[in-house]
Amino acid sequence: MSSGLQLAADAADKVPAPSIEYGKLSPMLIVFGIAVAGVLVEAFVPRKARYVTHLVVALGGMAAAFGAVLALIPGVKDSGGEIAAVGAVAVDGPTLFLQGTLLLLGIVSVLLMAERKLEPGGDAFAPQAAAAPGSAQEKEAAAAGLRQTEVYPLAMFALGGMLLFPAANDLLTLFVALEVMSLPLYLLCGLARRRRLLSQEAALKYFLLGAFSSAFFLFGVALLYGYSGSVRLDRIAVATGGAMDNDALLLIGLAMVAVGLLFKVGAVPFHSWTPDVYQGAPTPITGFMASATKVAAFGALLRFFYVALPGMKWDWRPMMTGVAIVTMVVGAVIAITQTDVKRMLAYSSIAHAGFILTGMIAANEAGASSTLFYLVAYGFVTLGAFAVVTLVRDAGGEATHLSRWAGLGRRSPLVAGVFAVFLLAFAGIPLTSGFSGKFAVFQAAADGGAGSLVIVGVLCSAIAAFFYVRVIVLMFFSEPRADGPTVVVPSVMTTAAIALGVTVTVVLGIVPQPVLDLADKAALFVH
Amino acid sequence: MTQTLVSAASGALLATGEGGPGLHSVPATGVFDATWLVIALPLLGAAVLLLGGRRTNRFGHWLGTLLAVGSFFVGLALFSAMLDASDADRSVNQHLWDWVSVGSFQAEVGLHLDQLSMVFVLLITGVGSLIHIYSIGYMEHDENRRRFFAYLNLFLASMLLLVLANNYLLLYVGWEGVGLASYLLIGFWQHKPSAATAAKKAFLMNRVGDLGLAVAIFLMFTTFGTFSFDQVLSGNAQASGGTFTGIDLMLLLAACGKSAQFPLQAWLGDAMEGPTPVSALIHAATMVTAGVYLITRSAELFNASPDAQLVVTIVGAITVLFGAIVGCAKDDIKKALAASTMSQIGYMILAAGLGPIGYAFAIMHLVTHGFFKAGLFLGAGSVMHGMNDEVDMRRYGGLRKYMPITFVTFGLGYLAIIGFPLLSGYFSKDKIIEAAFAKGGTSGYVLGSVTLVAAGLTAYYMTRVMLMTFFGRERWKEAPVGAPADWHEPHPHESPKSMTLPMIVLAFGSVFAGGLFVLHDSFVNWLTPVTGFSEGDSPFSEYAVTGMAVAMVALGALVAYVQYARREVPAVAPQGSFITVAARKDLYQDAVNEGLVMRPGQYLTRMLVWLDLRGIDGFVGGLAAFIGGTSSRVRKVQTGFARSYALSMFGGTALVVAATLMARMA
Repeated sequence: MSSGLQLAADAADKVPAPSIEYGKLSPMLIVFGIAVAGVLVEAFVPRKARYVTHLVVALGGMAAAFGAVLALIPGVKDSGGEIAAVGAVAVDGPTLFLQGTLLLLGIVSVLLMAERKLEPGGDAFAPQAAAAPGSAQEKEAAAAGLRQTEVYPLAMFALGGMLLFPAANDLLTLFVALEVMSLPLYLLCGLARRRRLLSQEAALKYFLLGAFSSAFFLFGVALLYGYSGSVRLDRIAVATGGAMDNDALLLIGLAMVAVGLLFKVGAVPFHSWTPDVYQGAPTPITGFMASATKVAAFGALLRFFYVALPGMKWDWRPMMTGVAIVTMVVGAVIAITQTDVKRMLAYSSIAHAGFILTGMIAANEAGASSTLFYLVAYGFVTLGAFAVVTLVRDAGGEATHLSRWAGLGRRSPLVAGVFAVFLLAFAGIPLTSGFSGKFAVFQAAADGGAGSLVIVGVLCSAIAAFFYVRVIVLMFFSEPRADGPTVVVPSVMTTAAIALGVTVTVVLGIVPQPVLDLADKAALFVH
Repeated sequence: MTQTLVSAASGALLATGEGGPGLHSVPATGVFDATWLVIALPLLGAAVLLLGGRRTNRFGHWLGTLLAVGSFFVGLALFSAMLDASDADRSVNQHLWDWVSVGSFQAEVGLHLDQLSMVFVLLITGVGSLIHIYSIGYMEHDENRRRFFAYLNLFLASMLLLVLANNYLLLYVGWEGVGLASYLLIGFWQHKPSAATAAKKAFLMNRVGDLGLAVAIFLMFTTFGTFSFDQVLSGNAQASGGTFTGIDLMLLLAACGKSAQFPLQAWLGDAMEGPTPVSALIHAATMVTAGVYLITRSAELFNASPDAQLVVTIVGAITVLFGAIVGCAKDDIKKALAASTMSQIGYMILAAGLGPIGYAFAIMHLVTHGFFKAGLFLGAGSVMHGMNDEVDMRRYGGLRKYMPITFVTFGLGYLAIIGFPLLSGYFSKDKIIEAAFAKGGTSGYVLGSVTLVAAGLTAYYMTRVMLMTFFGRERWKEAPVGAPADWHEPHPHESPKSMTLPMIVLAFGSVFAGGLFVLHDSFVNWLTPVTGFSEGDSPFSEYAVTGMAVAMVALGALVAYVQYARREVPAVAPQGSFITVAARKDLYQDAVNEGLVMRPGQYLTRMLVWLDLRGIDGFVGGLAAFIGGTSSRVRKVQTGFARSYALSMFGGTALVVAATLMARMA
């Protein structure tokens, strides 16, 4: 008995307790902390006070996490980045840049989710998520004026996963982050108050396909472990530098991990969930997914290729180039015939994923920095655009059919003007952030020897400009419909979110240099 | 008297026949710090009057005049400071601010004041102020007088910017500015379709010239990497001869546009649709001389290319004769004067094309011409003012009794322009004729003869104007053929003081300026540090040239006297010989332009429109339809079934894996 205890004690001696750098992980810890706190709020705070408490906790927590990111910057600037938590997490320039961006996007998203002035029944989310659509129970809940607040902790969990995603320095952490990020999103997608069937269908599809892609991802991780004997990105990089004969394991593993990540960014041919899910999910959630998820996933993609596989450039570049081209072309071409504004924005986000991939494929420092810049620009435009979509409503909720938007510019010039700014930014017209971003990634790609991609990119931009400008023409140059939708005046929260989106879009279009410089400085990965 | 004295230093410098001494400048200090004020004052006036709108109606003309005069006084202060400075310190550079600074493209807003620009500053602000004063009376009954003064101020500011810019890009701003002001002022009475059309014509023809200036600036930037005077004109700029010729010819094209030289001369006659003060200031005294300034300023570039200089002299020679011939046949007093302007500027361009032999004389003639031509136009305006805006000289006659001051001042201007001995035009024109012969060789003889013949023609057509207007029978007393029922006889009268005073001042200039300029060769010595000077090699003695010129003038005047004083002037123009008919139609310049440029241009446009519609739009439309069709087909893949999505993902994964493996094998 005592010898058994002794043995256990010996074993404990031999496995040293891991040292965790809490300070360096603080942004993520704060967000996970407020997510857990949100669950407690949900359980113990009285219903009346819940909404406000959630908002205070979530917004305060994200602001604190943002402050933590800022506080970490000087250290990273000096050291060039460090690897924390026993090799699991890298805290370096890209991590902090993306975490800062994600936190700002998170704040704006929570503001959109918290909007309660638009929907007569309450907010954008189902009064009782567990009630079957169309059931008596649901009607009862709606009649009782129920408003659920579980979205806040869910969103915080997702955001925590997103913060970890681009920071993960080994493949297992990456997988954990992927799932932490995705599971709450699956749920959030199914919570729409209106058109609940569509929403639940979207959630189910997203979940099924997400699980499918996770399987590929995991299989890829296993193969890479089999090849290199480690899941740490830097060790994989070292292993790829060795003998080159039997590396089918490496190549197949690489491809499969890439598939998992490409699914998250919505690249073709792993994009098919995007339109259905973007359309079905509650619009604030769509905005959150389209902006923040994409930022996080591209961060992870960058780190995976730039840290683990820099030596394999000549193996992954042709494949990724093909993906980027197909993504741009399919996104731009199919968007032309969309009639639903949310679906159109979904295809637009696919095309943009292709543009961002263009920057990533440059595989040089400019590639990383231009991608980082593009993500900031794109994130705010996207959130802003979806925020505008929540404002244009008729009796059936949001009026998302494009024909309903005809003549909007005459009725509500301000809202239509703001949306026009976002569309121009999507199209990459100068003096908007979209132009600065596109210019940056195309330049990086051209310098990185990916000229063909730039040509395709520019052509696809031209195609894409068509459907963006078409909406502007529709809004400003056609007669308003007699039974057209109205623009509901939102509360200060949505207003603030849209204002911030416009500001970032215009400022990054006119004076992009400070942020470009910041992205330049932040573009060094720690190995 | 005609033996030109040249300082030993500049003589030695130029004995080799190579370019001028190059352009060097010192930073502006002291009084020269105020250089920017010269431009800023009229600009302020334009801004206040245009932005202030009707509120400034009451005092607008006073404000505009005051600022123009203020600018003139600043110019005088600068001039006296420059007189005190040594030759080396007379060329000053004032950096105002950086304009565009992108990589190797550096554009600054800076001013360059030297002896050449000084002459222009005084001419522009001096004549400009007089014409502002004149306009107070002339435009008294026009309800848009305030706007008129705003445009005049805008013109002054632009023209001053043109002559004070220290680089070609900024010069271009001034160049376009005067083009705009000219457009606005020609079309000032835009309710008259003829004025609106004339303004458009002037603007379009000027665009052709402006294009030349733009291309010249492009060429300079690609060749020298800069367009600042300090570097391009320093005399050290290196380029092949062909490049210099190219830049020079483009500059010449620009000069032809602004200065109404052949082949871009057609707009000037029509520009007389503008109010007469505008014709005097812009289309006689200042703006149309911008081309001469440009060529003289770019002396270093032109000296580097004898071929380009030859073209300049040819253009000048053609225009001298062209304008003179047209001027002989015009019955409209302003159009006759406009043709004369064209011809006189031809003299200047011709002189500028002679290189260091002629630059100084080109500018000298420019200044004296500024005096007498402005005076003549103001006189014409005064006559029209008293004659119900009648412009047809056949409806004048015997006006000397009714408008004595106008008659005397106009008469002095007339004597000056024909080169009556010892008046301004005599000295300046004579010098150009000498310089043309001094060019040497066959071209010297040809150019000299052209200038001589033109001097005779000038005497002829100006005598004709004089006689038809102020002498002879009082034809205005008879009702014209086909006169409207309410026609009544005009009552010619002298103009108010605000109009006669400027005419008197200008008459003084017409009489004395030339004599002052040649006294001790002061004008030539003044300009030599900027333009260089060379005597050339004349086959005739100066007395011989002067004698020939005076003889030609006398002959021309005599013929005119016989035709228009000894014989009755018919109130309706007679048929005339084919030359008269051609000259009345401006030697068919509009028909030529229409045939050579307008019609082919229209056909080209039509063809391009057709191509655009059928070819390009067809292609673009087809492409769009193709992409749209593809889109509708491809979107069917989006079935909504999770199973088919999963299948496509699986297939995609297979492709990605295969592609990765293939990349290695290839």
